[in-house]
Amino acid sequence: MPGELLKGLSVTFRSMFRKPNTVQYPEVKRQVAARFHGRHQLNRYDDGLERCIGCELCAYACPADAIYVQGADNTPDARYSVGERYAAIYQINYNRCIFCGLCIEACPTRALTMTNEYELSADTRQDLVYDKPDLLAPVPAGVKPPPHTDAVDGPPTIGRYGPQASLSQESSEPVWALQRAQESRQGDRELPTEEVTPK
Amino acid sequence: MIWDLFIIVVKVVGVFAFLMLSVLFIIWLERRVVAFMQTRIGPNRVGPFGILQSLADGIKLFFKEDVRPTSADRILYPLAPVLMMVPAFLSVSVLPFGDHFGSERAQLTDLNVGILFVLAMSSLQVYGIVLAGWSSGSNYPLLGGVRSSAQMISYEIAQGLSIVGVLMYAGTLSAAGIVAAQHGDPIVGFIPRWYVVPQLPMFLVFLLAGIAETNRAPFDLPEAESELVGGYHTEYSGVKFALFFLAEYLNVITVSAVATTLFLGGPDGPVVHGFLPWLWPILWFVAKIYLFIFLFVWLRATLPRLRFDRLMAIGWKYLIPVALVWVLVTGVVLTVNVGAISRRTLYVGIGVVAALLLLSTLLPTSKPESESEPEPTAPGGSPS
Repeated sequence: MPGELLKGLSVTFRSMFRKPNTVQYPEVKRQVAARFHGRHQLNRYDDGLERCIGCELCAYACPADAIYVQGADNTPDARYSVGERYAAIYQINYNRCIFCGLCIEACPTRALTMTNEYELSADTRQDLVYDKPDLLAPVPAGVKPPPHTDAVDGPPTIGRYGPQASLSQESSEPVWALQRAQESRQGDRELPTEEVTPK
Repeated sequence: MIWDLFIIVVKVVGVFAFLMLSVLFIIWLERRVVAFMQTRIGPNRVGPFGILQSLADGIKLFFKEDVRPTSADRILYPLAPVLMMVPAFLSVSVLPFGDHFGSERAQLTDLNVGILFVLAMSSLQVYGIVLAGWSSGSNYPLLGGVRSSAQMISYEIAQGLSIVGVLMYAGTLSAAGIVAAQHGDPIVGFIPRWYVVPQLPMFLVFLLAGIAETNRAPFDLPEAESELVGGYHTEYSGVKFALFFLAEYLNVITVSAVATTLFLGGPDGPVVHGFLPWLWPILWFVAKIYLFIFLFVWLRATLPRLRFDRLMAIGWKYLIPVALVWVLVTGVVLTVNVGAISRRTLYVGIGVVAALLLLSTLLPTSKPESESEPEPTAPGGSPS
């Protein structure tokens, strides 16, 4: 029995000289994985327009009811996103968010993605409700930020609704009806093979 | 007369300061050493290498709200931490810290019954614990206090008996006398004449009893958080809890200091002649104390907690018989009137026998061969 005691004591004694596993946060930060679930970000297209179309699918998908979206119409004078609608109010309440990523999976335009930022502490609960300006990705360099004016900046050309954007400007019909009318006029046409991939 | 008083005050303040600073240092040392033994680093934020951590903890405890349960006894509840702290301070006051400081002994006072006084002080601490447990007026403290006091009084017997061998050799109860009796030319050139050599089993018994007396791991069931929330100090907070905390570490220092005085020769050690002759014995004393403290911390980091009934079994069924037997052996060695065999041969003979007995416990125990392999059983227990 004393032999086992001495063996045990030698284990702890030798482990005193091993390199400790402590990471000295915040001077040293560990690398997170590439797809780490951090703070959300609302992305944009390269011409500065927001990707978010105010569809509220993310709010519907959220299990913790952390997202609040209120959409509004794009007008030809004030265009925030490609397409017809944009998110006028977009809030993510980080008091409730569980960082599950279901909202990312739900977003049809890849507007909502997650960054790797996890240092989100705040002093009050109100500070943890992030509004749209807190979440929007920065405008690319040299690009005019929204709202765009179609007459000045041209119709939006990037994005799923890009090539058909011109359709909606001439009539007040919804785009899908105009698309059907256009296809029936043109007959069966080959679908475009180039997939518009969000950057 | 005034000069004598002044010297006494200086010594009192010196011992008190040494103990308090040592306690603060030991709290930090324990956290760092246990951390390194667990391949992590301990506190390193408050001051260089975290050395002001115990100070920060103490300041926090002083600012905490002083809660008193309504069912707590009015007088005993505040008195219990004091009853635990004061004897710890007093025990160290009779131990020699060094040889001489000018014309004064480096010892607060040299009672001619010094060691008995030390034992009496450790008995008084049982009062502190059991009163703390009972006067809190709550279940867990009562259980913890009763368990702790049962543990302490059972190990006090072993502690007292383990000292008897040393007292038989030294012939005096005074701490300075025991230290002086351990001076002398080294045996075989390098083994010092410290009592750890002829009294090794008693040394081990005293160490085990000392660990149990101070409620340190692995004997810390009465105060373990996962067992009894906090044991006897559950209902204490703020300054009173700080006093218990301090008292526990003070006890560690006290047991280490008594062990060095009795078994390791106290301030005995090689001295650099001529250069600050008063300093080296004090350094040796402090170094030996810290050696024991490191051992206590090492044991805490390594060993799991003992169950209470096993703990009591060790105290009563193993330590006391070993101590008694060794007292008998010491008595025989000291009084036997041999003609043919020289005393040195007798010592060597007994030492060899004792060493062989100790070493035999280190042999690997051979388990009996199992007769057949256990039958493979299906889930549910029936052999398939």
